[in-house]
Amino acid sequence: MMLQVNHVHKSFDGSPVLRDISLEVSKGDVIAILGPSGSGKTTLLRCINFLERPDSGTMVFEGKTYDMPTISRADVNAIRRKTAFVFQNYNLFLNKTVLQNVTLGLISGRRMNRVDAEKAARAALERVGMANRTDAFPLQLSGGQQQRVAIARGLAANPDIIYFDEPTSALDPELIGEVLTVMRRLAEDGMTMLVVTHEMEFARNVSNHVVFMDGSRVIEAGPTREFFAHPREERTRSFIRSILERDGKA
Amino acid sequence: MNDRVIQILRDAFPQLIEKFFTVTVPLTVLSFTLALLIAVVTAMIQYANVKVLRQLCRVYIWIIRCTPLLVQLYLVFYGLPSLGILLDAFPTAVLVFGINEGAYMAETMRGSLEAVPSGQMEAGYCVGMNYLQIMWHVILPQAFRTAFPSLSNSLISMVKGTSLASVITVTEMFRQAIVINGRVYESLALYSEVALIYLAFCSALTLLQRWSEKKLNAYGGAR
Repeated sequence: MMLQVNHVHKSFDGSPVLRDISLEVSKGDVIAILGPSGSGKTTLLRCINFLERPDSGTMVFEGKTYDMPTISRADVNAIRRKTAFVFQNYNLFLNKTVLQNVTLGLISGRRMNRVDAEKAARAALERVGMANRTDAFPLQLSGGQQQRVAIARGLAANPDIIYFDEPTSALDPELIGEVLTVMRRLAEDGMTMLVVTHEMEFARNVSNHVVFMDGSRVIEAGPTREFFAHPREERTRSFIRSILERDGKA
Repeated sequence: MNDRVIQILRDAFPQLIEKFFTVTVPLTVLSFTLALLIAVVTAMIQYANVKVLRQLCRVYIWIIRCTPLLVQLYLVFYGLPSLGILLDAFPTAVLVFGINEGAYMAETMRGSLEAVPSGQMEAGYCVGMNYLQIMWHVILPQAFRTAFPSLSNSLISMVKGTSLASVITVTEMFRQAIVINGRVYESLALYSEVALIYLAFCSALTLLQRWSEKKLNAYGGAR
């Protein structure tokens, strides 16, 4: 097992957003976290990477156990250096070129020398099909291109797991495909991925495991095929139905 | 304009220019550098929400912004000696101008730091950088870009503001004009000449600002 979180609780100003969430990720897993807006899935992902501090909960990461509310800054950094995070709105460094966006973390965060960093960066950009735009600035790119650079930024550090927080939600419909294609290829290459998404097709075809959240709780979790074929909970069934109707496939 | 006035202006010009480049410009550069340093540190302390220091910064900005610059100059130069603190005129001017403008620029910088989207900091953490590395490589450069027009304002205003140092006996360009005028008594012509030199230099700064902004916009797309 690579990552496990147990009994995570989190409130904002007294109102709970995560209630007793537990989750397991093994190497090579692609786990889709589904659920309606406000169900807590983004907060869960942010807690797992400590962009938010949970009120309680433990994490087991690569064999070591951490108490999430009191984890030290050094431990957080050590864990983050083995993970990558892809944001909904890309969050590329606006004052840096595409290449610098990918190398900055390697050089200043991970103390890699420039030559190696640029080599790793170009390889990562190649994987997402952005190797020909290394000198562009983020705001000169389309949303889909920015998101692919963001994925390359994560990939370049050779992470053990990549977290995706609704990576296609900010994109125009015609740009979603290029990002999903990149993600699908990563999954095929065996990358461990934890993906908060509204893309049912992606969840159904690419993930091997689904976690369905609603009202700050995990309602149902299980292997993808089973989840879609035989949802156990009524809440799950109605959610799947509403999404399929939205996508015009019901 | 008669020949006498023209001769006076011609004689005054090199003296004024000399004072401009040997006193006014150094005074501006030193004061502005000090102000910038104070502004960045003050703004960063508030941005990072450092306890106690943050309150101190607010008090500093409050007091400085709510008292006149002229009074501050008098206070330090004529007032502090009675407490045994005796500073020369030039260092006093640098200190007072720097501390004064620093308070205004601190607010500019704070606003610009806060205008950088919070996702930039989060993305920095997620690629393994620490707070100071993210500030240095990502947040501050973007904040400076936002602050640049306001900071240019401050610089231009400071060039002219240094003429106030004349009241504490610093012989910068304006005081030099007063001195010359005491001999020749041609206020209109001489002070016009001084005004024109300020105008020319500040115009150059304005052009420099426009050119720099174009350079800085290279990465900006819609910025």
